[in-house]
Amino acid sequence: MKKKSLITQRSLSLFVTLGLFVVMFGAGSLSFIGFFTLQNFLNLFMNTTYLMILGVGMTFVIISGGIDLSVGSLLSLATMVASSLLTKSHWNPSLVIPTVLAMGIAFGLFQGFLIQKFNLQPFIITLAGLYLGRGLCYVVSIDTIAIDNRFWHHMANVQINLFANSYISPSVIIAVLVVIAGIFVSRSTKFGRTVFAIGGNEQSAVLMGLPVARTKMFIYMVSGFCSALAGIVFTFTTLSGYSLNGVGMELDTIATVVIGGTLLTGGMGSVLGTMFGVLVYGTIQVLIVFQGTLNSWWTRITIGFLVFVFVLLQRALRARKSGTSSATQSRAEPLPRRS
Amino acid sequence: MAWWKRLTGKKLFWPLVALALLLAFNLFFTPHFFQIQIKQGHLYGNVIDILKNGSPIMLLAIGMTLVIATKGIDISVGSVAAISAGVVAMLIGGDLQGIPKHPIFESIVLAVLVCTVAGLWNGMLVSRIGMQPIIATLILFVAGRGIAMVTTNAMVVWLYAKPFAIIGQGYVFGLPFSLYMVVVLLLMTLFVTRRTALGLFIEAVGINPTAARFAGINAKNIILLVYAFSGFCAGIAGLIVCSNVMSADGNNAGVGYELDAILAVVLGGTSLNGGKFNLLGSIVGALIIETLTVTIYAFNVPPEIAQVVKAVVVYIISLLQSSKFRSSVANMFGRRELAA
Repeated sequence: MKKKSLITQRSLSLFVTLGLFVVMFGAGSLSFIGFFTLQNFLNLFMNTTYLMILGVGMTFVIISGGIDLSVGSLLSLATMVASSLLTKSHWNPSLVIPTVLAMGIAFGLFQGFLIQKFNLQPFIITLAGLYLGRGLCYVVSIDTIAIDNRFWHHMANVQINLFANSYISPSVIIAVLVVIAGIFVSRSTKFGRTVFAIGGNEQSAVLMGLPVARTKMFIYMVSGFCSALAGIVFTFTTLSGYSLNGVGMELDTIATVVIGGTLLTGGMGSVLGTMFGVLVYGTIQVLIVFQGTLNSWWTRITIGFLVFVFVLLQRALRARKSGTSSATQSRAEPLPRRS
Repeated sequence: MAWWKRLTGKKLFWPLVALALLLAFNLFFTPHFFQIQIKQGHLYGNVIDILKNGSPIMLLAIGMTLVIATKGIDISVGSVAAISAGVVAMLIGGDLQGIPKHPIFESIVLAVLVCTVAGLWNGMLVSRIGMQPIIATLILFVAGRGIAMVTTNAMVVWLYAKPFAIIGQGYVFGLPFSLYMVVVLLLMTLFVTRRTALGLFIEAVGINPTAARFAGINAKNIILLVYAFSGFCAGIAGLIVCSNVMSADGNNAGVGYELDAILAVVLGGTSLNGGKFNLLGSIVGALIIETLTVTIYAFNVPPEIAQVVKAVVVYIISLLQSSKFRSSVANMFGRRELAA
């Protein structure tokens, strides 16, 4: 009985996100000529590949009840390291990509280790990680590094033609593959189920004999990996490394995860929802471009507002779930705890 | 050893030792560090610079201390400071003759008011809606910078009204004006939290909100109050930042201040787990950070890399505050056998 209500709630959140996307895209199509095209829809993916990859990692972190504020600066660090190795050290791309990914995993492992081993709050450790990553960018170089590598240029310029004169970039394929992998891992693997169990109730998960310690470290490694991969994909579009890439991207990522219906308190969420959250984000950006008079900073304000609305919605859904007892329960409920 | 125990037991002891060590290091390795001259009628030197440049962080740390004491966190302070700078710059603005568009005093009041409202918003989200503080303030952390950019039309706005410069650049009796603002705010906060029951209420909410509520404390309003106060402090800090350079840059004003402020509070001996707080400690913490920054500059390290040093300091402090870390270190040195 209880399980059933949980499933409906989950599909309800997904439905709300999907509905929001359809409404926003529909509103854009009605208001602006040339908005409702297949290419414009595919552009949503092309503009947000890095955000989708970041979102997948962040979804795991948030489902487990944690948070990772370092993703933006780790992305930036990945762009710096990749471009520095390519342009200054002339490494082969087949070496650069694994190195950068390994760096991301190591960074995630370091944070996960501190959080798990010493029971530190994820937000303070990853906030320090945010500054560490950003600072390390400047250690690599203070200036922008342009990438002049054939493989990178190829990845930046090649268009994969689909039907009806529409095309996508190779990065979209990477992003979609990451999303599919994320959906599979979260739903059908032991690791994925353990992540949900930790987010639901960590103590219960320990008592059930689940490998909580290992899983928690692994979650941050996944997020680190995704950040590094997102950094590489980011350089496929910008063809450069810059220390101020991805400033504030952590909120964008958290926002898309929340808009995608993942509970910030953990225990519930879906990677597929995150993908739709990212598409909503992309639609807002495109709408602001089409609208023309608003400056791009309105994206940030709108996103902040949407996060607010969705957190409210989550509270409302939870209140409905607990039903009649919610009135008494919410009064006795202790004040919010930090994740 | 009793006197030693009594000394180390003092809350301010370790932060002061850290500051003293840093200063001693500078005494030997940074030439002319303690030299103070009188230039243009005011004191001039590294130490004065630390006090002057550290005042925004000291202000933020005062607000942050109370927030952290309620087991909360406010990472929006840097963005809120940027809003304050943006609002005051747009209101005063002025032409090259230095005639302000709006009266300076009223503009300042309005800017600080806007920031207090921003703080109230954070407080509402945390206390009434029940968001986790980190998420609630994360919204303004980025949206706030958007608001600051929208207020200034995404441009750097310059101010030409001379009297406004006194906030960030002025000197009174040889000392920076901003320092007096810190002292006044500190004394007021100390008075309100230590001479009334408010400080006790804040600590009670941080230690156990449920118990505090059963004891008849209106925990929700206490939380609302501390976030509003943090916004207020961020507003004043934003004025100093704006006045320092006589311009408002929504993109760069107050970047990274949230970490500095949190770091100052934690260095000062207030635990991130809420409860007991130490306002004077936070001030010392802010001074440690500023001294560290000046020291890093003195060694010709690019200022951006200072972030790495700060991040490392956060790791160390977090570890020292973790009981798990302390017990595992204790185990390493065989204390367990002693205890058994």
